[in-house]
Amino acid sequence: MYDLLLAPRWSPYLVGAGIGLLIIVSFVLSNRPLGASTAYAKAGGIISRLAYPQTDAMDYYRKVTPTVDWQLMILPGIVIGALLSAHLSGTLALEVVPPFWEARIGGGVVLRWVVGVVGGILLGFGARWAGGCTSGHGISGNLQLSLASMLASAGFFIGGILVSLALFGVPSDLGLWGFL
Amino acid sequence: MTLDAIRENRPLQTALGLVFGVLFGFLLERGGATDHAVIWGQLLLYDFTVVKIMLSAVIVGTLGFHLLHAYGIAERRVAAPSIGTHLVGGLIFGLGFGLLGLCPGTVAGAVGRGSLDALLAGVVGLLIGTRLFASYYPQIHPRAARAGPLPWKTLPEMLGGISPWPVIGVLVVVVLALFWVLEVLGI
Repeated sequence: MYDLLLAPRWSPYLVGAGIGLLIIVSFVLSNRPLGASTAYAKAGGIISRLAYPQTDAMDYYRKVTPTVDWQLMILPGIVIGALLSAHLSGTLALEVVPPFWEARIGGGVVLRWVVGVVGGILLGFGARWAGGCTSGHGISGNLQLSLASMLASAGFFIGGILVSLALFGVPSDLGLWGFL
Repeated sequence: MTLDAIRENRPLQTALGLVFGVLFGFLLERGGATDHAVIWGQLLLYDFTVVKIMLSAVIVGTLGFHLLHAYGIAERRVAAPSIGTHLVGGLIFGLGFGLLGLCPGTVAGAVGRGSLDALLAGVVGLLIGTRLFASYYPQIHPRAARAGPLPWKTLPEMLGGISPWPVIGVLVVVVLALFWVLEVLGI
């Protein structure tokens, strides 16, 4: 048990089953599915209110209220949980440019930041357009057999695969590509 | 304390959100999903860790959710689907998913393991992106919802309003077969 707590990696099947159980408990205790992207909308609304008092009157923020609540607290929770996990397994370390990017594109901080921030903007804009992200639609929605979530998940992966292939090229000897 | 009393206790719910987040973040990090290399490996179709995590969660979750739903404990919370809202929104998200190498939940997890890229590009971008969408929501949302709406909300409804259980049965078999293939291929 103690070894498991210190192991840097758990089986993806074990992790997935744990997330599935977590969502079941969330449906029981909070009567809602687990999702991450709403938290950014709420946090963005709270920050926006500081400079723009009419924020609360906007249609979107009347629907997704910029308040500190269950959905917002998921976000600091994830940061703390991941920090705890990385600390226990001894993998906690500051990292500027992701090593995967640095090895393929280069170590330039400015280029990486520009691409990353554009990526983040598209993630946030797309997640709110689609009404959820990889957790809200990809897991919580799909497990309810939601067609909206299946459409959104198809979009997440089609878009993500095309952009990744454009950025890094086809890894012709790896994974599925090795069988072609 | 009854279930309703727990669900309607706002301070308790706010604390529960934090607890669920901590457990979710711990699991994401331990599964490797907070590592850009694992996400990009999935999107380049050679490391299927993310798909294994997501589909394991879906299989366990769907059995539990539908049991709870059958006993009236959990409400179904699904959106009215449309191509314009869900596929188009999903594709925009996908572009960001590929450029950043993380998604909203795993961005937060990557911040926790020490990634400045996740904090200064991911979180900053996500806050800007969601705020930008809020400004255009009144123009985008009604148009997107009218573009290619589907008359059903769930897969069992689409199949003629059948019970969810045979659908779940097929889903479990298909996913387990996929896991077997991935393990045989070693990806």
